[in-house]
Amino acid sequence: MKLRIIHSLIITFWFMLLCFPLVVLKIDYLEKSIRFRWINLFLTGLCVFFISLLWRYFLSRRRKYFLRLPEHFFDLHQSRLIRSKPFLFIFSLVFLSLPLILPNYHTSILITAMIYVVLGLGLNIVVGLAGLLDLGYAAFFAIGGYSFALLNHYFGFGFWASLPIAASLACLGGVLLGIPVLRLRGDYLAIVTLGFGEIIRLILENWEAFTKGPSGIPDLPKPGLFGIQLDFYSSTIYLYYLLILCMLAAILVTKRLSYSKTGRAWVALREDEIAAQSMGIDTTKTKLTAFGIGAFWAGIVGAFFASKNSFVDPSSFTFHESAIILSIVVLGGMGSILGVILATMILVLLPEYLRFLESYRMLIFGAIMVIMMVFRPEGLVKSVRQQYDFKNLK
Amino acid sequence: MLSVKEIHTYYGNIQALKGVSLDIEKGEIITLIGANGAGKSTTLMSISGLMHPRSGKIFYQNMPLHLLSPEKIVSLGIVQVPEGRRIFPDFTVMENLEMGAYLRSDKPQLKKDYDYIFELFPILKDRKRQLGGTLSGGEQQMLAISRALMAKPKLLLLDEPSLGLAPMVIKQIFQIIRKINSEQSTTILLVEQNANLALQTADRGYVIENGLIIMQDKAEKLLQNEEVKKAYLGIV
Repeated sequence: MKLRIIHSLIITFWFMLLCFPLVVLKIDYLEKSIRFRWINLFLTGLCVFFISLLWRYFLSRRRKYFLRLPEHFFDLHQSRLIRSKPFLFIFSLVFLSLPLILPNYHTSILITAMIYVVLGLGLNIVVGLAGLLDLGYAAFFAIGGYSFALLNHYFGFGFWASLPIAASLACLGGVLLGIPVLRLRGDYLAIVTLGFGEIIRLILENWEAFTKGPSGIPDLPKPGLFGIQLDFYSSTIYLYYLLILCMLAAILVTKRLSYSKTGRAWVALREDEIAAQSMGIDTTKTKLTAFGIGAFWAGIVGAFFASKNSFVDPSSFTFHESAIILSIVVLGGMGSILGVILATMILVLLPEYLRFLESYRMLIFGAIMVIMMVFRPEGLVKSVRQQYDFKNLK
Repeated sequence: MLSVKEIHTYYGNIQALKGVSLDIEKGEIITLIGANGAGKSTTLMSISGLMHPRSGKIFYQNMPLHLLSPEKIVSLGIVQVPEGRRIFPDFTVMENLEMGAYLRSDKPQLKKDYDYIFELFPILKDRKRQLGGTLSGGEQQMLAISRALMAKPKLLLLDEPSLGLAPMVIKQIFQIIRKINSEQSTTILLVEQNANLALQTADRGYVIENGLIIMQDKAEKLLQNEEVKKAYLGIV
């Protein structure tokens, strides 16, 4: 306790020193003098002292604090409630009827959220399963979006005709990026992928003759529905349902993949590359499939994203985008599908619905992330691989 | 079965092997002994394809091995137990074993092989569902050997199986190595620092020093050799 107070006092002192020019000094231009507002300094100090004390208290009680929660409180994937049929039924019913109840604005936000879920699932393959840190994932998102936009702009391709091309081009991009970085690991890999992401964005920005540069490509069509004309309102709802399908497909595929032989090889590669090699795992093929399949999903939702906004421009695919997707994967818990979904709710929906707080929303967003990482460093949902049941071998 | 001919292997500009030649006949236990940094592990990694010799050739049943990738070499039946065990810590014991059978296509055969391994190492059967990382060092070594056995090796490359283990455990592991050799007629290349034990186990031995083979003979003769005694067995 004594130690805690001393620590807090040190922090308070330091904070007061830092804040001094901001909260105490006030320059009066008219009288050409400086006013000192000492009371502000005192109040800042007091606040900081108590916040720090409280923070330290909770930090030290972290273990006890969590022990009091029911066991496996956070192991949501094992929770009986979530697995129970009635819950799932009601949940899907609510989820399916949301666009019919809510105004278009919310449907649109949910579409964005689902796009991020698929992005998170795709990156989860690369980072969470195969352990290849990719900081340029938005590049594949961009490839998907621009493939659709350019095919539409130059050749008049519709959404459905472009979708497979967009996905395969992104997949190809993933493999092409994979080839030169096969030997790289960890930090070095991160730097190269970061560079790759920027290269793609810079090409889109500067190749004006082809990509229209920073002004982007407008007037992209919404996905067609057997030639039925949809107004803006119903086409958003249609997009919502399409994305549910896309998300379900992504969940199903990643789930099946992670339990497959390839999935096992990814995890083995992440755990120990030399051991994996001496077990006969082809590292080249395994890494490239991870990059390719990860990028594939980004390509698909890239096209959805472009279609949803009916517009693409390079500023949608900056490093910030890659960082958000990576945060989704890390915050959700590496390798966990449910984690990705929950983290998307926090990282995408929260800033959206905190808009009423105006400029404070990013502050709160940041604070939530810090608190999350302190109290739950392994992510929201700890990834538990399904362990193969060997009962029949006994 | 395997013949290594004058291989030179480099780490960047540093030459680790300066023309190593070995010959291994089917069914033998061969040991390669030497001091730290003599090139024992490098020799093993050159055989298993994790490193490629800059010059020289390796033949396995008259097939050039030095041109192949590690996964191809494993599929030919040459399996390495890497130095320091390197089991997958987040995989259960069973899953680790399953990784060993990664390239196997004869699934129905697997059950028999699991049974054989649990007979060799009964402790692994008890720990079947435990995570590999929670095993003790000795158990991890047993798991590493078992994992390699799951690949049905014709030639098993063991890299310092005694590393960091208690004498009792080492003894047990060496007994098993002999058992595998006699029961499965698996040829074994054993790299060891524990020269005494290795030579007692092996049929023939090679002594490597600074990337060169300086001696080769029957194991019991090497055990009697004055130079070997002095340099590696600690007997003056």
